[in-house]
Amino acid sequence: MKDRLKRVDVILGNYNDSNKYKTLGLCMKRPNQQIIQDLLDSGLKGRGGAGFLTGLKWKFAAQAEGEEKYVICNADEGEPGTFKDREILTKVARRVLGGMGICAKVIGAKKGFIYLRGEYKYLVPQLQKEVDEFHVHAEILGLDFNVEIFLGSGAYVCGEETALLNSLEGRRGEPRNKPPFPTNNGYNGCPTVINNVETLVSALMVAKIGPEEFKKLGIQDSHGSKLFSVSGDTPRPGIYDIEFGMSLSDFVREFGDGDTKAVQVGGASGFCVPRKKFASTTIGFPGGLSGDSLPTGGSMMLFNSTRSMYRVLENYLDFFEEESCGQCTPCRIGCQQLKEGISAVKKGERPPQYLEQLLKLSETMKITAKCGLGQSVANSFSSIVINFREEMIY
Amino acid sequence: MEQIISVKINGIDVSVKKGTSILEAAKKVNVRIPTLCYHEDLCIAGNCRVCVVEVDGYRNLVASCATPCEQGMIIKTNTPKVRTARKDLIALLVSEHNTQCTTCYRSTNCELQDLASEYNVDNDTYLNICKKSEIDKSSWSIEKDDSKCVRCQRCVRTCAELQHVNAVCVAHKGKDMKITTFMELPLNEVVCVNCGQCITHCPTGALTERRYFDDIWEAIGDDTKHVVVNTAPSVRVALGEMLGFEPGEIVTGKMAAALKKIGFDSVLDTDFTADLTIIEEGHELLSRLRKALQTKEETTLPMITSCSPGWVKFIEHMYPNHLEHLSTCKSPQQMFGALSKTYYAEKIDVKPEDIVSVSIMPCAAKKYEANRPEMNSSGFRDIDAGLTTRELAHMIKQAGVEFTELPNSSFDSIMGKSTGAGAIFGASGGVMEAALRTAYEIITGREVPFEKLNITPVRGLEGIKEADIKFENVLPDWSFLEGVTLKVAVAHGLTNARIIMDQIAEGKSPYHFIEIMACPGGCIGGGGQPIPTNDEIRKKRMEAIYKEDEGLELRKSHENPEIAQLYNEYLTSGPLGHKSHKLLHTHYRKRNRY
Repeated sequence: MKDRLKRVDVILGNYNDSNKYKTLGLCMKRPNQQIIQDLLDSGLKGRGGAGFLTGLKWKFAAQAEGEEKYVICNADEGEPGTFKDREILTKVARRVLGGMGICAKVIGAKKGFIYLRGEYKYLVPQLQKEVDEFHVHAEILGLDFNVEIFLGSGAYVCGEETALLNSLEGRRGEPRNKPPFPTNNGYNGCPTVINNVETLVSALMVAKIGPEEFKKLGIQDSHGSKLFSVSGDTPRPGIYDIEFGMSLSDFVREFGDGDTKAVQVGGASGFCVPRKKFASTTIGFPGGLSGDSLPTGGSMMLFNSTRSMYRVLENYLDFFEEESCGQCTPCRIGCQQLKEGISAVKKGERPPQYLEQLLKLSETMKITAKCGLGQSVANSFSSIVINFREEMIY
Repeated sequence: MEQIISVKINGIDVSVKKGTSILEAAKKVNVRIPTLCYHEDLCIAGNCRVCVVEVDGYRNLVASCATPCEQGMIIKTNTPKVRTARKDLIALLVSEHNTQCTTCYRSTNCELQDLASEYNVDNDTYLNICKKSEIDKSSWSIEKDDSKCVRCQRCVRTCAELQHVNAVCVAHKGKDMKITTFMELPLNEVVCVNCGQCITHCPTGALTERRYFDDIWEAIGDDTKHVVVNTAPSVRVALGEMLGFEPGEIVTGKMAAALKKIGFDSVLDTDFTADLTIIEEGHELLSRLRKALQTKEETTLPMITSCSPGWVKFIEHMYPNHLEHLSTCKSPQQMFGALSKTYYAEKIDVKPEDIVSVSIMPCAAKKYEANRPEMNSSGFRDIDAGLTTRELAHMIKQAGVEFTELPNSSFDSIMGKSTGAGAIFGASGGVMEAALRTAYEIITGREVPFEKLNITPVRGLEGIKEADIKFENVLPDWSFLEGVTLKVAVAHGLTNARIIMDQIAEGKSPYHFIEIMACPGGCIGGGGQPIPTNDEIRKKRMEAIYKEDEGLELRKSHENPEIAQLYNEYLTSGPLGHKSHKLLHTHYRKRNRY
């Protein structure tokens, strides 16, 4: 890998792991307040895509009143083009469990779940071994915390934290109204922290190397490194642990096939960036940077000039109209209308101006949908329709 | 202590309790926010999104029904951003909807229609994506048309929360998400008690009662048929709502006049058979008490009322091993049906096969009840059709009758006379009150010791009501009841019925006699009543019923002269006698849980 992309291997890197759960052991002796403060100082944001401050989430759950509290690892990795959590759970599940253990200690949880994507069922035997081993170490360390693996049933929406909770409770997997938030009213109504797989490893890393060291990586408002799932028209698909703050043109030079016309950042619910905006786009959480900066759950999909962006969009909308839970109006009907709408324009059944109506609709979905799924459909829709309008029509 | 917080809505300061939703806070200052999935009776779903509003500092709009007020919130309910989004959402709902409003039974009484009209939504804003589907007409009581469903889940919440039946539920996801039944079976094959609460809570025409008025028109037009109609106690305090009156108006006289104008050959009263029910059921209770307390014969207490066919089917499905608690008395509708083709037929000298017996009910389950196979003790279908209050209102409109201008008329005879005790059957607690007025007097020879006969502890909308009645100085024949305190309970809404039944199943029920009605509020809130029905309207209909009772000269079932005549001339072996047993009592069947 060339210099301009710092490959850091924080998450998956090799450490001397001979002393298993050493970091957890050290944390057991530290005050909770300090651990939370370190997390806050590190600026670590959730790695699932939404980018909420992890330290704040833990703090809320720690402060919340409740006899029972829970830690949930969100491993329902369903975003199209994302496959990094699978890698983490395959290679370094111990670090995930370590992160869960620290969280449990900090908020006072005795029970945890790994909500595992149904398609990852084959991981269960190996993962269960790791969990069993974790239980042994936790007991030695004096941590009363039990982790259970729970298999999802295949709905994309269950990656949304409140839908995940419903699913875990045996209810229909659809998002709840927020507030209340899970940190106060989560699993079975108890305070619950739900963190992405990678977030938990990052939290462990903060505890291990300290916030100062952690912050050395990344840029303003986007600290640390991130796993990226690179796919599409690239000679080097795979998972890469890269520092935040790279520009998209650097990324394309590294991973493109010399003919890249667009990069979909953040999966189907993310944004499509056309060639002309590569240079002005930075990968990181939106903040005080000039130009565009894009948060991402880690999916980077490259498209070259042979790809029809109409087909790409149609494919995403196909996915959304199926994977919407269907309860709220804007998402259930909006997704269908967007899909039928671009098809009608393409076939000439509606005039090209109908695209404007659809863009308006995507904006309505963004501001009125009940959960992040419906709210984010507009991202890929508007960025593809606006940047590749002619491909939608002709 | 309750925390009071203040917010600003459209520039108006509002103070509310912490936890109050924006929607409720707005109501306080007369700011109306349109809703669709919201219903006063039900928990908050927040899924239609029609009630979105803008809150300063929030990136997205919020659903006002599902968002609690926070201290200092600045809320705007009518900005261009809000209006545009709302109109867009309504346009989406319209695009998914079967917009054949011209032929819809709920036209002009449809919340989606109102919203679309209010926001002047263009039917062609979006492509029509309505999925055609076959209407489920398998049930005697309820029709389900998915093409008119807006997925608000009000029916699902109704069936789960109010009734604890869960006949309808959500299945599939995304574009295929729909409201359906267990395994998507037809409605007549699933555990549905036909109460029709889903219908009165449906904002559109997706759920309606199965309609029979065309058959009735045909019968009325057939000169060889003698068409007799009986109207339930709660119909006369609700019918007016669909015909130009405010909730709570008593329209008994106009209703009788309208029925005559429509062309029914005889307009009779379910209140009469309600009085009859009290006589039979009262004696059944006394007989059970005697067995339990005096002769020590085998019997079952508490005894539970059986007038509500939704409740009866509920216990058959959910507590099949406790059916002996049910009174064997038929409901007033079915008593009427059996008598209309026997006693009445003899009296007016018409062959029973030429009689068409129709009932007007606040109920969807009555349609099912009329079609229960065992309901043919007259040798014919005892009741040929059970119509809802809504269907009657439609018939009156179809007949071109100017309802508000009608002079009052009265019921025909025989089987048209009733007392206040029959009238109050329509409200939760009414059967209990009527039974106590009669039973107490039979036992003690004195009137019930409540001011003006009003047994107020069993009245009102509280889910489960209780009362104790102590018998003292009883007549010699009832000496075994001397000093006994009769413990009674009244429950309405099947979720409350379940609480009562679980007590019984655990052997912990302290009661002797229990009244249960399937619908919240009793029949005045029945599944066949005008839409909307909510607590405010239930209260008004209830008040009307008790007002009617107080205005009547006779207020105890046993004082009804036509009842005395019936026992003198026809049911000569008296209450619980041989003929009563054949015509007025029934049996129940064990049903499955699924």
